[in-house]
Amino acid sequence: MEKGLYIFGGLLLLAVIYGIYIYNSLVRKKARVENGWSQIDVQLKRRYDLIPNLVETVKAYAAHERELFERITALRSAAHAAGSPEEALPLENKLSGALRSLLMVSENYPDLKANQNFLALQEELSSTENKIAFARQYYNDTVKEYNIAIDVFPNNLISRKLGYEPRSMWTLQDASEGEPVNISWS
Amino acid sequence: MASFDKLIDHNKRLSVLLFVLLMLLLGFLGAAVGVLWGGDWYTGIPVALAVGGIYFFFSWSFGDSMILSMNHAREIQHEEAPQLWNVVEELSIAGGIPMPKVFLMDDEAMNAFATGRDPQHASVAITRGLLEKLNREELQAVMAHEMSHVRNYDIRFAMLMAVMVGSIVLICDILRRSIFFGSMGRRRSNNSGGGKGQAVMMIIALLLSILAPLFTAIIQLAVSRQREYLADASAVELTRNPKGLVNALRKLSDDPEKLQGASRGTQHLYIVNPFNKEGLDSLFSTHPSLESRIARIEQIATAQ
Repeated sequence: MEKGLYIFGGLLLLAVIYGIYIYNSLVRKKARVENGWSQIDVQLKRRYDLIPNLVETVKAYAAHERELFERITALRSAAHAAGSPEEALPLENKLSGALRSLLMVSENYPDLKANQNFLALQEELSSTENKIAFARQYYNDTVKEYNIAIDVFPNNLISRKLGYEPRSMWTLQDASEGEPVNISWS
Repeated sequence: MASFDKLIDHNKRLSVLLFVLLMLLLGFLGAAVGVLWGGDWYTGIPVALAVGGIYFFFSWSFGDSMILSMNHAREIQHEEAPQLWNVVEELSIAGGIPMPKVFLMDDEAMNAFATGRDPQHASVAITRGLLEKLNREELQAVMAHEMSHVRNYDIRFAMLMAVMVGSIVLICDILRRSIFFGSMGRRRSNNSGGGKGQAVMMIIALLLSILAPLFTAIIQLAVSRQREYLADASAVELTRNPKGLVNALRKLSDDPEKLQGASRGTQHLYIVNPFNKEGLDSLFSTHPSLESRIARIEQIATAQ
């Protein structure tokens, strides 16, 4: 009788230790997802800061692309004002597309392409676009790992009870938007 | 990503295993020195391990700054090379590791390397020649390769291996000298004793002192070549652009310049071997040949 009690106690202890292990790994994975998201956030903010400068510089050389400038400015404020990520992401995707057209258009203005200030802004913008794309890639990887971790057995026995809900990845509607901005100005 | 995490874990385990193996070898060599010096075998072991320990301590604390200054690398900030800085920052985001320090080497030759002890204490360095001759896509590929060495803990492994090779070479040197002096001393003190048994032992010790460094170097190089492949693969995993890396490797192999600051001691760190770029695959090369590297990258590209 005594022996059985010890065995039961031992098994219980093992179960508790295993539970703690699962819990800690879930906490770590969730923290990575949060960290991945905040990286995206940092880069999106950086892009908001770059846009007015870039638009001003291009305007000085290519005044009659007014429609494009207005679209970019409108998208920027709309994305900036959006409350939730679900609302913001489609706008951010559109903004990426519009900025890509802006850089494409600027290819037609040799004076603009000779402007040092523009070249520096262009590098900063394409780097920020890359950083957004890479941050998204990293974020999606962490989300995938997290979603698997909360769903596999036996983790799923405790994950939902502790409020670990699956997260959604940042997907792109248009496949062509998946390509990072890559402009050659050799 | 998950599979790469597994490979990184595998790397860590392999590093520990090799480290223990070489530690045993070092201890064994120490015991041999102890015996030759007329002491007991167990007095030599702690001495050999202490030599390794001191070596390790210095490498751990100053290794990366020593390597960087040996290669005439100078730390830069964003303003000096915005594109380079941005590319490294992009990749640190992609890999989910902290931003390493960025160094520039004023040399026309095309090369790059990474050093440090872990992703939190890492540096990447690139020559001016490489920075100028690559386009953005290729620069990203090269830096992704270097960042992969950081992310895969290859930099730590390279450092540990350098410590072990250094200590073993040193102990073997002592061993060889002790054979010479030891035999002289003994002949004088007891000219009748010893004889055949002693001579056999001397020969074994001599062979050991020659073979041990060779054996260690072969292990070091084999692992180094394997990790070059892995760094290429994880570079492609980060950038999702195999073409950039293939183009960059082609440009690197066409480069006629020789890197001035490079030495034999640091050759395995670079993206391509600074002495032997075209080199064939052999037991003694630090890097796989560029041809087999390109072939493997193209294999990944088609598999995707």
